[in-house]
Amino acid sequence: MRIKSLLTHLSNMTGATPDGKLIGRARKFFRPDYKFVRETEDTKLEVRNLNVHAKDNHILKNINLMLPDRKITCIIGPSGCGKTTLLKTMNRLTDLEEGFRITGEIILGNEDIIGSGEKIISLRRRIGLVSQKPCPLPMSVFENVAYGCRIHGIGNRRKLKMIVKYYLEAVGLWNEVKDRLNTPASRLSIGQQQRLCLARSLAVEPRFILADEATSALDPLSSKNIEELFVKLKRDYSIVMVTHTLRQARRIADYVIFMYLGELIESGAAEQIFNHPQHELTKEYLSGAFS
Amino acid sequence: MFFLTVMSLMLVFLMGMGLFLKSAPIFEEHTLGELLFSSNWKPLKGEFGFLPFLVGTLWVTGIAIVLSLPVALLTAIYLTEYGDRRVKKYVFPALDILAGLPSVIYGVWGTLLIVPWISEILAPHFVEFSTGYTVLAGGIVLGVMILPLLTSLFIEIFASVPGQLRETSMSLGATRWQTIKKVVLRKTFPGILAAVILAVSRAFGETIAVLMVCGNMPHIPRSLFDAAYPLPALIANNYGEMLSLPDYEAALMFAALVLFVVILLFNLVSRSVLYRIEKSFT
Repeated sequence: MRIKSLLTHLSNMTGATPDGKLIGRARKFFRPDYKFVRETEDTKLEVRNLNVHAKDNHILKNINLMLPDRKITCIIGPSGCGKTTLLKTMNRLTDLEEGFRITGEIILGNEDIIGSGEKIISLRRRIGLVSQKPCPLPMSVFENVAYGCRIHGIGNRRKLKMIVKYYLEAVGLWNEVKDRLNTPASRLSIGQQQRLCLARSLAVEPRFILADEATSALDPLSSKNIEELFVKLKRDYSIVMVTHTLRQARRIADYVIFMYLGELIESGAAEQIFNHPQHELTKEYLSGAFS
Repeated sequence: MFFLTVMSLMLVFLMGMGLFLKSAPIFEEHTLGELLFSSNWKPLKGEFGFLPFLVGTLWVTGIAIVLSLPVALLTAIYLTEYGDRRVKKYVFPALDILAGLPSVIYGVWGTLLIVPWISEILAPHFVEFSTGYTVLAGGIVLGVMILPLLTSLFIEIFASVPGQLRETSMSLGATRWQTIKKVVLRKTFPGILAAVILAVSRAFGETIAVLMVCGNMPHIPRSLFDAAYPLPALIANNYGEMLSLPDYEAALMFAALVLFVVILLFNLVSRSVLYRIEKSFT
């Protein structure tokens, strides 16, 4: 009896149910009553022997890496080194491209992403993608955030309102757009659009956020906003960010992956990579010998 | 060049003016309301009621759109979103060829195939007797005629949707069909509307094909298996033949004027609607 009450007490603190099943994390913000049960064990994303071919092009060559949970991982490297393809493969958006051949494994939790055919919907829900150029869907601000939730079967208007408000607040957009939730999303400024896209990705409760140069289209102030947001969000999410600006990677990365011409050259903790790079190419890239 | 541009615009006004002046004599004896809403068509007695022709045109156009719109839309969706490259390779040129066929050919095809089919197979289920030369035949032939036009317009419209939109929608977990329904169709709605309007204008003014299969009886069609006499067919059939009758030429000119004004209005109204939709949409 005493043990049970102790367990309940503990679970109230950590957000777990008495039987030990974790259903949600204590969060800073008011959390809407949400349908999806977030798994909260540390989920790792592991890539093993990944090869991607597009016709005659060998885009990704034998990639092996491990993405830690609740950290910001920056992928750096010169243009055309396969960073974007890597992100798209993790989200299986490569399915849309014609003539892509993918071998290897990407393991999320205990499942292989590449092999599973029918689970792709839940997979994409768990791995959100924020693209380089903000891409608002052709609908209102409100509907943009609610889109993913509607797709996954939440139709209750009141619930949707709570969700939309919650995530717009999370990305710091609520105060700016609360009076124009019904205007088309394309009327927002580009920095606002990017934050909206982030809110939209967060609204389906992913574990991982893949950000493909999410700040490169933004002005310095907006990109600072997004960076700060990522740092805040890493308490709850694992963030993988492709970036071209080394300074940005230095500012926010916990882990760094350096890629060159489709190959993974070096990966490790940010401090180690930036201060003591092992590989010649990494040294050259970091010193600005090529970009 | 500016002058030429203005000239081509002026042509429209000149045509309208010409038609109006030519049809002026008929207004001396009849009011506009009488002409448009009377169904008495007795040119020999000087009675010109255009209602049967207007109704006939509307019927045929309506049937054509109802039949061809879903087919064209689904075909275009299939080809742009699902179909693989080999299918596209053969279907696109085929569509272009179909769109370019002269309308007489559609008319002949209708007379040889659709008309007997209606008269012998379809109509006996519904009415006692039908010659097959009916509103329905006109609608079907016209529908088949505008089908390739609509389809290729739709394909172009869907292809203009940036791939990133689809990717975004699907990265949130939407299926392909959900993406099409909620993003692609939504994004392209103004374009779809514009394409339909173009097709309607085309169908409204189509002459030869409908003339050959509609039966050309100047009365208001009461069912799908009734003959009709669309407006363009009236003009094409009678102009040059019965001009000895008093006022007949003016009456035909009036018919042309009606056609002209309807299509002009249709385009203007739809354009303003489109403009408004686009503004509130994107």
